[in-house]
Amino acid sequence: MYILETKNLKKSFGGVHALNDLSISFAKGKLTGIIGPNGSGKTTLVNVLTGMQAITGGAVVVGGKSLHAIRPEELPRLGITRTFQDVRLFEQMTVGDNIMVVLTARGPYAALTERSERKREERVKEVLEKVGLWEKRHQLAYNLSYGQRKLLEITRVLAMDADIILLDEPFAGLFKEMVKVIVHIIGELKAAGKTVLLIEHNMDLIRELSDHVIVMDAGGLLAEGKPDAVLARHDVIEAYLGE
Amino acid sequence: MEYLIHLAVMSSIYAILGMSLNLVVGYAGLLSVTHAAFYGIGAYAVGILTVSHGYGFFGATAIGMACAALAAWFIGIVSGRFKGDYYALVSFGFNIIVFSIFLNVQSVTRGPLGIPGIPKPEVFGMLIRSNAQFLLLAIAFTLATYAVSQWIVTSSFGRTLKGIREDEDALRVFGYDTARYKRIIFVIAAMLAAVGGSLFASYISYIDPSTFSLNESIFILSLVILGGLANVNGSVFGAIFFILLPEILRFVGFPPDIAAQMRQVAYGLILVLLMLYRPQGMFGEYKL
Repeated sequence: MYILETKNLKKSFGGVHALNDLSISFAKGKLTGIIGPNGSGKTTLVNVLTGMQAITGGAVVVGGKSLHAIRPEELPRLGITRTFQDVRLFEQMTVGDNIMVVLTARGPYAALTERSERKREERVKEVLEKVGLWEKRHQLAYNLSYGQRKLLEITRVLAMDADIILLDEPFAGLFKEMVKVIVHIIGELKAAGKTVLLIEHNMDLIRELSDHVIVMDAGGLLAEGKPDAVLARHDVIEAYLGE
Repeated sequence: MEYLIHLAVMSSIYAILGMSLNLVVGYAGLLSVTHAAFYGIGAYAVGILTVSHGYGFFGATAIGMACAALAAWFIGIVSGRFKGDYYALVSFGFNIIVFSIFLNVQSVTRGPLGIPGIPKPEVFGMLIRSNAQFLLLAIAFTLATYAVSQWIVTSSFGRTLKGIREDEDALRVFGYDTARYKRIIFVIAAMLAAVGGSLFASYISYIDPSTFSLNESIFILSLVILGGLANVNGSVFGAIFFILLPEILRFVGFPPDIAAQMRQVAYGLILVLLMLYRPQGMFGEYKL
């Protein structure tokens, strides 16, 4: 059963077609690895799926509902959340507030009367303890190391408890130990039945984590299938290495 | 003593203006340079309604707040399409438009002649006659503004404002209609600034457009930056400091005509030093 699909999805920047009639599907409760050379449209796909870039043509189908335009504000209602290729934290806010902000009332009038609440504070504690950042809860986010910043961004996703999670290169630039921590978190998300889209260049991690792999090239679909089969294909290797 | 009371009243009025602008600039990160427009709308509402239409101070203040809210809602819709420097430029433009209305719609505002004879407020049937009595009223409004500001910034709404300041697009992904938040805080700040204006008009008993020019907006922004962005107490400090500074310069012994210019030099120098060495201001929690 597919929880998220794209139907002839197009995204153009002037004359450049970043997404070119892309029709792909993501199975519910599975981790789909998305790979492809730089400029193949992977991040554009995530940006379009999360409403950060407008759809030029085609549609996105979420839970059977066809959408021709997505507003980022709607994502929690659609059960979608994401991380960013370049970490985007609320830098001059504390680590705790970076998590709290995804747990509080979204409507402004409800937010005006909402104060700290034990249930939300316990949730912040729970997720920060899980990733080992609880001790740093009072620190400003910009004081964290690069690895901790990546971790905090994924923790924010954990706290959201969305059904569909889009991870844009969560391992980029991380040292081995931190990679293990994030692999563990992704494993927990899979175990919890979340649908995960993982953009990644590390083929070992893609092989280890993915149930299904999609290969993009020039804004379109080049190949898809089981990780071992797809990664062994000549055209996939050629697209990556240019051989 | 009258002199000290006068300084305290002016400090209270500017504390109201500073705290309200801090909600927009310090918390929401919107570089608004238009606060004097809302300050002026509050002042003109009290001036026009009490002098020509027989309204009481509180009724005129309420109408002034409503007018400021309406203007802020409109400008919020327009300025919401812009970010960063462009936002500041749009807010500049709005201040200039409002100033031009004060100056040119003479049938309503009396233009450059201003509005004289604005009566003192009446509280529970008692006319406020002395400056000391007025100070109590000003302090009461300042405390109310302080309470409202603290209530906002300690709520989830306040945290969301900080999120908008830090990364608005990322915050939208988590389900926040940030445009709506920005409009609401802009309206609240404008209403509070209108209260400052109504106090000013009633206290000085005369208003003209020159008080509500772009320079005044820059002055209010300066005191917010000095006191500290995203710190309500900082704005109170900034207001007191900037009201007392010219008085201190007066005692340094500059001739009166030079002292006035030295004030501008001192403001400029303070801002440059702050940007270089303490961009978050004296008590601020946010670095520009």
